[in-house]
Amino acid sequence: MTAPILELAAVSKIFGTGADAVRAAQSISFAVNKGECLAIVGESGSGKSTVANMILGIYPPSGGEIRLNGTTLPASRKLEHRRAIQLVQQNPLSSLNPRRSIGASLRLALDVHGIGARKERADLVGGLLEEVGLPADFARRSPAALSGGQCQRVAIARALACQSEIVVLDEPTSALDVLVQARVLKLLNQLRETRNLTFVFITHDLSVVRNIASRIAVFEKGRMVELGQTEDLFANPAHSYTRRLISAVPVVTREEDALRSSLAAGLEETTK
Amino acid sequence: MKRTLAILLANPLSLLGVVLVSLVVLSALFADFIAPFPEHRGAVVDFVNFNKAPEWPYIFGTDLVGRDMFSRILYAYRISLILGVVVLAIAVPIGVTIGLVAGYLGGRWEYALMRLTDVFLSVPPLVLAMSIMGVLQPTLANGMLAVTAMWWPWYTRLVYNITRGEKEEGYVLAAEVIGASRAHIIFREILPNCVPAIITKMTLDMGFVILIASSLSFLGLGVQPPTPDLGSMVADGAKYLPDSWWLTIFPGLAILVAVFGFNLIGDALRDILGAEQ
Repeated sequence: MTAPILELAAVSKIFGTGADAVRAAQSISFAVNKGECLAIVGESGSGKSTVANMILGIYPPSGGEIRLNGTTLPASRKLEHRRAIQLVQQNPLSSLNPRRSIGASLRLALDVHGIGARKERADLVGGLLEEVGLPADFARRSPAALSGGQCQRVAIARALACQSEIVVLDEPTSALDVLVQARVLKLLNQLRETRNLTFVFITHDLSVVRNIASRIAVFEKGRMVELGQTEDLFANPAHSYTRRLISAVPVVTREEDALRSSLAAGLEETTK
Repeated sequence: MKRTLAILLANPLSLLGVVLVSLVVLSALFADFIAPFPEHRGAVVDFVNFNKAPEWPYIFGTDLVGRDMFSRILYAYRISLILGVVVLAIAVPIGVTIGLVAGYLGGRWEYALMRLTDVFLSVPPLVLAMSIMGVLQPTLANGMLAVTAMWWPWYTRLVYNITRGEKEEGYVLAAEVIGASRAHIIFREILPNCVPAIITKMTLDMGFVILIASSLSFLGLGVQPPTPDLGSMVADGAKYLPDSWWLTIFPGLAILVAVFGFNLIGDALRDILGAEQ
């Protein structure tokens, strides 16, 4: 058993002071092993994004420690820490600067972390684009010329550009339509295997992570109420809140299935 | 850029703006060749032809010492445009940088910089310029200084407001997570998104700077004789209205043409670039 790549020990976050203080995260402890995909599931306000932001170093925890490969991360991150932990955001359109080309957005990560020789970086950008299934000449395009799914692929390429070890996926598919969602999830899974990446997958939707996450942590009101293997959690949820979340899943899929088959039937009729 | 130009030329109002501004810029640039009496921009006296109503070769008439009004207006345009360009070239970088820094860094920086901006904004512009000109010598250079001092806070306000919004966009977060420097995020990520609004405001302001500079000269605080200036020409001529109307009307129209032209282009740019005011 190797040491976990990422470890949270009694991490908490309090926003504000005195009577207005909000306990966004309370004594959260879990460990993520190299190469695994841990899903953090919860409703909005459950503290899952707060935990993600603390892992990324956007703000420091109010208490507790976050360890990367066994070393405690300082409140102000060094460049090497930033390189190791990268992010894919929910809204692909807003996560790319509309006034910079795709290539410039990707190159930033290479420039900041001094990856590759200066002359090689243009080729590296092309290679990254191809790795996420886009043509290399997309580098010259502006984000406005890309679809939501393509933008999200660029955002994934950017998260890989500085040879990160951990990628925090903050609802990476919830702004995409169902078919694109499936393709992006497939791409993520492939990249995790080829690059031996570790994922922290933040989502409100259990059905999205059922096939990609090895373990699931369930958050409610700033606390982690359950953490278990994905199959165990679905088969035998220990916490009532988890049961409620799971019971919400089939309803949604059934409706979606009905919608999809009716759409398919409609398509067949029009083609006839 | 090409697209912007095409739209500008397609709309009759903005086309008029482009024509007027081109007219002003060309006459300022080529004043030496267009002006029938180039020497009349200086201290020339010709009492044979003084205070003449418009007639050939003095198409805009002559002033009280016999100088050709048309030639003087062309040279006055040159002064006005230089003043406008210099004022904006100094005020815009200062104002934009302060706005970006205050908007992105927030906290104490924001408090200190924006209160400083408010101090400048709280004094009526012309009063501020007048007090600066009153303390210093009324020369062209000091005039530029005075107008610059009252102009930068408007750019700070504009850019500060845009920056506050852009700061929340995902691409800023992405750059922070990558570990990009503050300078990179401010000038390479956020600034390009402020450029359309800045360009629009600069175009509108060219007109206003010319107007303010003319107002200062009208009050005797701007460009000093014998250098031709539209504001002082209007002021000198106003005493002889309505008999010697050409002394006031033509420089007044010249101000109007320049200000109107820049405003038409600015308004059109605001619509095209979708910039916030």
